[in-house]
Amino acid sequence: MSADPATTVRGPAGTAHAVLLLLAAGALAVSVAGAVRIGTADVGWSGLARVLGGRLGLDVRPLAPLVDSLVWDLRLPRVLMAALVGASLAVCGTVLQAVTRNALADPYLLGVSSGASAGAVTVLVLGIGASTLGVTGGALAGALLSFGLLLLLLRRTGLDSVRIVLTGVVVGQLFTALTSLILMASADADTTRAVTHWLLGSMAPARWNTVVVCAIVTPLGLLVAWLCSNALDGLAFGSDTATSLGIGVRHTRTLLLVVTAALTAVAVATVGAIGFVGLIVPHGVRFLVGPLHRLLLPYAALAGAVFLVWTDALARIAFAPREVPVGVITALLGVPLFLLVLRKRGEL
Amino acid sequence: MRISAEKVSWSVAGTQVVREVGADIASGETVALLGPNGSGKSSLLRCLAGLRTPEAGTVRYDGESVRGWSARRTARHVAFVAQDPGADSDLRVSDVVGLGRTPFRDRWRGPDATDRAAVADALERVGLTALAGRPWKALSGGERQRAHIARALAQQPYALLLDEPTNHLDVKHRLELMELLAGSGRTVLIALHDLSLAARYCDRLLLLHHGRLIASGAPAAVLTAERLAEVFEVDAELTTDQLGHPAVAYRGPLGTLPPVPRSAL
Repeated sequence: MSADPATTVRGPAGTAHAVLLLLAAGALAVSVAGAVRIGTADVGWSGLARVLGGRLGLDVRPLAPLVDSLVWDLRLPRVLMAALVGASLAVCGTVLQAVTRNALADPYLLGVSSGASAGAVTVLVLGIGASTLGVTGGALAGALLSFGLLLLLLRRTGLDSVRIVLTGVVVGQLFTALTSLILMASADADTTRAVTHWLLGSMAPARWNTVVVCAIVTPLGLLVAWLCSNALDGLAFGSDTATSLGIGVRHTRTLLLVVTAALTAVAVATVGAIGFVGLIVPHGVRFLVGPLHRLLLPYAALAGAVFLVWTDALARIAFAPREVPVGVITALLGVPLFLLVLRKRGEL
Repeated sequence: MRISAEKVSWSVAGTQVVREVGADIASGETVALLGPNGSGKSSLLRCLAGLRTPEAGTVRYDGESVRGWSARRTARHVAFVAQDPGADSDLRVSDVVGLGRTPFRDRWRGPDATDRAAVADALERVGLTALAGRPWKALSGGERQRAHIARALAQQPYALLLDEPTNHLDVKHRLELMELLAGSGRTVLIALHDLSLAARYCDRLLLLHHGRLIASGAPAAVLTAERLAEVFEVDAELTTDQLGHPAVAYRGPLGTLPPVPRSAL
């Protein structure tokens, strides 16, 4: 890159970013391995290698079947799920903050998580669809239903920022009220406790089958969002300016709403509405690498993944053997981090 | 590129604000769009820039109707600068100007050498090269306006359509901008409030009143004391500046406000 003042960039240039992104991906890989290793039964690096080696058909001495199953069937899918959900939430937050031009936007702004909660509660408490859908299926159905309602309410509008936010809040409130109604009317104390755990967000229900769904949906969603990077930059200046830049504003907004809703629905259906990741990670990363979405989105995805992998590990071990919902940890860590970023930006 | 409007009409919330406007802007011409507040300037400008599809009538670029054109195709022909495109953005000035390259960029790739050259050239033309690395938030209103004009120039369009591009600018930058636009060789249509500025720099003036085009032609033909009284409700005198352009001297508004009684002061 030349030294021309018009073309010099603050921070690292193109190739430097490629290296940094590779390093961040490496950090994610190390985080995943480290988080799988630790827990109530620390298997050590060699134990981890033996589990993975055994599954890959290598000639290694296997661990005790119970420990092997713990690592392979519970811990590994859980950590991978944390990475996928963390990346999803961070990218959804980044995208929605740009689409709605609202710094407070997070993945749950569209009311999708409230829809998921209502769906999950319908299955858990009322037992509707318990045999066919399961809690995850019910949550997914609820999420899609609420998003369908949102699109229906927005269908004849220009999808302008304020209207998206208001409609999302209204739809969210409706489904939250339904959730409360079902809980208050029908649930016993044990069910309420289980539902609360789910509402706060927990990685515990992650299994290979849900991880596979996320592993297909998440990368696709991230790619589509990244391909809209230019449009996301342009939307900051309003519909008219964005349109005059050749951005099909309505189509782009609809596409991005569908992508974020799908990513959020798949994440929330399995692990509940984990708060704060989708709000603070975008702000933190924007503070570090600047607001150009071409760079912001991949960094946000990696940062979100690393953040949730470690907060989930903390949720598992901090009060062992009791497990804290990871949503509580993300909020506890998120609030001071968020305040720090605001302070550094001179906005507080 | 020639821009033509044929009986273009446009309504906002049931009120027709542009009424059957027919106009022709020749290739390379600099034209001002004049009219009081609410006369339909901004709406007509947006119809001509392809941002609104007229409810009736046709907009043509070089004779071809733009109805159904994609935003990207339109953006490769015409650049538009909105009146107050303020944004509380963290983008740097060069990134904002770089947005002008959007219609030419491939989704998969970042800006290339052509894009960077276009941005550097545009910044140079509006005199913002030194501020290229500044965050958008740190710019003054006038600097933002010039940056948006640079963004439109980086788009390298056949035609530039600007809505009140001078309202935040000081006198020097106002004159510089008008010279830049008039000398750009592109088709330029500017919505303006400053009648003397329009008369001084534009080849032709279009005058809108209640959504209708009521006069079009050379500045001296369009700007008459009677028209200014009728359309703008001002008592004005038309003079000629030292360079021979028409200039407007205002005596005051016409009979809208009663004089303030001396006892009330």
